[in-house]
Amino acid sequence: MKKPNKNPLLRTGVVTFSSSILAILVGLLLGFVILLITDSSQAADGFAVIVRGGFADGMYGIGQVLYFATPILLTGLSVGFAFKTGLFNIGASGQFILGAFAAVYVGIKWTWLPGGLHWITALAAAMVFGGLWGLLPGILKAYFNVHEVISSIMMNYIGMSLVNMLVKQTAGIYNQLQNQSYPVAQTANIPKWGLDKIFPYNSMNGGILIAVAFVLIIYVLLNKTTFGYELKACGYNPHASKYAGINSKRNIVLSMAIAGALSGIGGGLLYLAGSGKYISVVDSLAAEGFNGIPVALLGLSNPVGILFAALFIANITVGGFNLQLYGFVPEVINIITAAIIYFSAFALLFKSVITKLALRRSREEEEEKDTPPPEIPAPPKEENTRTGSGEGGGVQ
Amino acid sequence: MSAPSKNNRGYVALRKNDGTGETMEDYIIEMLGITKEFPGIKANDNVSLRVRRGEIHALLGENGAGKSTLMSVLFGLYQPEKGIIKMNGREVKISNPNDANDLNIGMVHQHFKLVHNFTVLENIVLGVETTSGGFLKMDDARKKVMKLSESYNLMIDPDALISDITVGMQQRVEILKMLYRENEILIFDEPTAVLTPQEIDDLMRIMKELVKEGKSIIFITHKLNEIKAVADRCTVLRKGRLIGTVEVADTSKEQMSEMMVGRPVSFIVDKGEEKIGDTILKVENLSVKGRHGSKRSVNNISFEVKAGEIVCIAGIDGNGQSELVYALAGMEKAESGRISLNGKDISKYSIRKRTVNGMAHIPEDRQKHGLVLQFTLAQNLVLQTYFSKRFQKGGFIKFKSVESYAETLIKQYDIRSGQGTVTIAGSMSGGNQQKAILAREIDRDPELLIAVQPTRGLDVGAIEYIHKQLVAGRDSGKAVLLISLELDEVMNVSDRILVIHEGEIVADLAPGNTTVRELGLYMAGSKREGEK
Repeated sequence: MKKPNKNPLLRTGVVTFSSSILAILVGLLLGFVILLITDSSQAADGFAVIVRGGFADGMYGIGQVLYFATPILLTGLSVGFAFKTGLFNIGASGQFILGAFAAVYVGIKWTWLPGGLHWITALAAAMVFGGLWGLLPGILKAYFNVHEVISSIMMNYIGMSLVNMLVKQTAGIYNQLQNQSYPVAQTANIPKWGLDKIFPYNSMNGGILIAVAFVLIIYVLLNKTTFGYELKACGYNPHASKYAGINSKRNIVLSMAIAGALSGIGGGLLYLAGSGKYISVVDSLAAEGFNGIPVALLGLSNPVGILFAALFIANITVGGFNLQLYGFVPEVINIITAAIIYFSAFALLFKSVITKLALRRSREEEEEKDTPPPEIPAPPKEENTRTGSGEGGGVQ
Repeated sequence: MSAPSKNNRGYVALRKNDGTGETMEDYIIEMLGITKEFPGIKANDNVSLRVRRGEIHALLGENGAGKSTLMSVLFGLYQPEKGIIKMNGREVKISNPNDANDLNIGMVHQHFKLVHNFTVLENIVLGVETTSGGFLKMDDARKKVMKLSESYNLMIDPDALISDITVGMQQRVEILKMLYRENEILIFDEPTAVLTPQEIDDLMRIMKELVKEGKSIIFITHKLNEIKAVADRCTVLRKGRLIGTVEVADTSKEQMSEMMVGRPVSFIVDKGEEKIGDTILKVENLSVKGRHGSKRSVNNISFEVKAGEIVCIAGIDGNGQSELVYALAGMEKAESGRISLNGKDISKYSIRKRTVNGMAHIPEDRQKHGLVLQFTLAQNLVLQTYFSKRFQKGGFIKFKSVESYAETLIKQYDIRSGQGTVTIAGSMSGGNQQKAILAREIDRDPELLIAVQPTRGLDVGAIEYIHKQLVAGRDSGKAVLLISLELDEVMNVSDRILVIHEGEIVADLAPGNTTVRELGLYMAGSKREGEK
């Protein structure tokens, strides 16, 4: 059976991609039903607004989408990267806010840094602190067998409270009147690199370019390096990795630290955007961290997939804002996003359905040609249904 | 298929009758023209199986030949696309295992389905408990079980916990379970894989007794000796198709294996005199702690393996073989003792350092330890070498060298897969997965090759191949340490046999000076070297 698959539907990449699309369509359909229930007369218009999202407002709207996509792209990468290595980083929220604080601290305090270096240092600080916040659950997992979900949930709350405390107690950062942090120095804002000229949205900045750069870095790391090979091996089969002499403990720690660093950068990029967003002293976890989970799921943990997933979710989020014009509450968009995410968990199911259909199709064609049946490979293995472990990509 | 015409009458005659449909014979089960498809494969393609009342009918075939699928159809686990099942001449529909139960079809699965913290009796009645007002009434059940156990000569202790009894006993419990449910058709799925030679003899005796009492048995196996020993007739499947049904008495082992594999297979491992060289592996007073603390799983073991010899560690599963290998490979810590490779003390070396220093390891569980099933074949072939200069530069994988290396190995070791180097390892057949591991380990040109049950679950063709490779390794001056549960393999392949029992080596034998029977006694712990 050395013939390549002629049926394009049988290629794994295509199947994977179409299963995500299917999840999105089903989710949108459910969203439409919700709109119908809320206000049937406006439902069609409202639905159009959601789907068009930022594109309704031309370059301005696209700029808006890019701005909203930036932080969830990084937290999505963070969660997806950890998924690929067999870890569930639910602590993106804590890592995100720690990174944000580090960036804001450097942004406000270290004004002695020269202009070009200031924002880079602030972003690096965000990376380091986010990384530290991921490193800890990694160490707990590797050396004390504490499950990373438990420890990183705890780290979320510790991180939130710690940042609240630090913001309040650090002189020169806390804006008592607004109960939030002061804006960072001009030099600490991410440069706009002319993007504001192309996309005339007030908060437009270069953050999206930095985020995309990290997509590339993570893609290369996972698919082209021996380190990525090791990480994936540990994620897929820790026993075989041990057998092959791969130091899985070190890899768990590094993987969580990298995941944390990515979330931290996400926090840094959002609060260094110069968009009038400051760290508020409130007792709620940063939503951007949790939004990374659906982005990673929808992108099937593939860095490039995550890029598109983040753009898509940002797009319907912008659509959700516009929805208010039609008298809908913006929460509707949260429900729709949730529905899409919910169905993206079924992506694996869709995947097997698509494969089955495609196989039946190609078999019928084959029977028409009356070719002898193919040699029999191993009996069908059970589908691997681990959530989050998307396509291998890998050495090819 | 080109079986010689001599001695082949039964086979030819029966094939002819297949089409016309013999109605005179007393068939208890007839599966006619069964076709079962899975995405991409026909696991059964127009297969017919007819079992006479009161016979032991062997179902023979390589892995993936469709034996299990056919039995799953009979047991109601799968619904066939085409074909019918007749029982006592009447067509029946079996859409789930409960239907099979109602038709008195019972099955002993390869991996027993027993509740370990229940007693023997509780396991036997599980699912068909006799109750009164919601309370268990075990007395009647106990009487019935004891009566069955006596009349079939199946000795059991009804109050022992499953976790405390031997594998052979557990199998008897499974058989009693079927008898308790008054099953008439008993399916045995590779029942001897886990037994010692003595236990196998026992099982054969029990099976013969069962048919004497009027039960009919379907016996799934790929061991020809056992078919010869007990079966009346044998149906052979290959690649999902029916090759034929033969009278066992009229057919030789060679003919059956040829029907199964599609080509002649040699059973005798062709090997010349060993040319023994220097000591490669030296183990001194090695001990490994047991899982539960109390007993050592490996107790003060010492032995040597020299270049150019195959040393086999024989023993019943669970007597410390796995722990010994883990300690040798560095996957588990030894409690005490010294391991040297080529004169170097490697006791403190990491797994990777041992690998790089010339140790290769074909692990017991190829899917758990041997392969990353989600990786491609190429990725798996470099699992032990991806970090070497050959395959990476500055941390970046050299895809071209990985690819070409994988292609060389695939060609050299005849690893068959759907899409060559990019085939996902999990989609390959067991035999080819094992070939891939073998290729990876042998091609690194190690000084010491540790092979743990390298032929487990493989068919005769693949077994023959693996044995040849082990012998080739030995002939090229490698030290080979083989851990095996299969006595045929132990006797045929090894140059020296060490018998392990409860973590200790109880005998050091030459295969020429011992018998399977004697080995069995050592393995069971009823004999130790020195006390003849």
